[in-house]
Amino acid sequence: MAGKIITVTSGKGGVGKTTTTANIGVALASRGRKVVVVDADIGLRNLDVVMGLENRVVYNLIHVVRGVASAERALIRDKRVPGLMLLAADQHSDKDDVDPEEMKDVCDQLRAFADFILVDSPAGIEQGFRNALAPADEVLLVTTPEVSAVRDADRVIGLVEASGKPAPRLVLNRIKPELVARGDMMSTEDVLDILRIHIIGIVPEDGDIVAATNRGEPVTLKRGSRAGQAYHNIAARLDGEDLPFMNLELPPTSLLDRLSHLFNLGGSGGTT
Amino acid sequence: MSFFDRLLGRDKAPRSGSVARERLKLVLEYDRSQLTAAELEAIRDELIETLSHHVSIDRDEVVITLQRDGRLVAEIPLDRRRRRTVDRP
Repeated sequence: MAGKIITVTSGKGGVGKTTTTANIGVALASRGRKVVVVDADIGLRNLDVVMGLENRVVYNLIHVVRGVASAERALIRDKRVPGLMLLAADQHSDKDDVDPEEMKDVCDQLRAFADFILVDSPAGIEQGFRNALAPADEVLLVTTPEVSAVRDADRVIGLVEASGKPAPRLVLNRIKPELVARGDMMSTEDVLDILRIHIIGIVPEDGDIVAATNRGEPVTLKRGSRAGQAYHNIAARLDGEDLPFMNLELPPTSLLDRLSHLFNLGGSGGTT
Repeated sequence: MSFFDRLLGRDKAPRSGSVARERLKLVLEYDRSQLTAAELEAIRDELIETLSHHVSIDRDEVVITLQRDGRLVAEIPLDRRRRRTVDRP
C-alpha cells in the first residue's frame, strides 16, 4: 500500500479544519478505505477530542519522530469505523520540536498503513503549517465565506504554490443558504471568483456538528445530516468519483418569498 | 428591509455579500503585490526606456503585474505600425 498524503489547512483558525479532517476521515473509511488522520497541531491537540478518542492516546507523533514508538504502535484504531486510525499530537511539546523533514519521514512511514493520510494542519502560516505542508501530495483548503477567512485562504494558496505543491482544492465550510439567498453572505461563486482554485466540497452550516463534536462522534458516523452528506461527497471525490455538488438553494416558502424569487429580488440567489 | 421596500426601489445600498466580495477583491490585489504601485510604475518606465532602444513599443499598452506565485509579468505590445523600424534617439 502506498497511501496518498492530503494536508487540510486554512490560514485562519476556527473555520473547521479539524472537524473537516475528522469527518472526511470517517467518510473515506466508511467507503472501505484505510485512513490515518494525523494531528499536526503540536501543543494544541484537538483531533483526538473531536473524534472522541482522547482516552485512548498512549503514543503520539513526537514519540514516532523520536523513535520512542513505531508508527504502527502509535496508531489508535477507531473501533466504530474499521480502517480508521489516528496519530495524535503531543500536547506538551512545541511546534518547533518537529521540522518539515521529520514530518515527511513520519508521514512516509504511514503510507504503508493506509490509502489516505489526512494531516490536520494548525492555523497560521508559521512552522506548524510548514511542517504539515511538507509531506503533502495534495492540499485541501478550508474556508468560510467571510472576508477574514477568504483573505487568509488567499495567502495560503500563494504559499502552497510557492512551495511547488499543486494548488489546493477548496472546502467551503459553513455556508448558510438563507443568508446567501438574501445577499448577506458571499456565495460559492463569489468565493471561487476571488480565490480561483478548484472546489471539492460545499458544507452547509449544520447545528448537528456542534452536538456531534460535544459527544466526540463525528457527524458523518450517522446518516441524515446535511453536513455529513457533504463530507461523504468530498470523500467520494477524493476517491475519484465525479459527483454533482449539493443543491443548497432554498425552496421558496411564503407567497412574498415566491414573488421575490420570481422577480429575482432576493440577492445573488442560492448556491449549488 | 421588506420585500416591498425592495420592490419600490427604496433599497439603494448593495447587499453586504457583494460589499464583502468587492472589498476582498481590492484588499487581495494589494496583498498579492509586495511592490508598491509607484515602484511598479518606475519599473515600467525603465523597461520601456531600455526596450525602446531596440524595438518600437506601444507605450500606452505596456502592463506589468505581480502574479500570486511571485512572478513579475510584463506585457509589452510592439507598435504594429512600426514593428520593423528601430526607434533610436
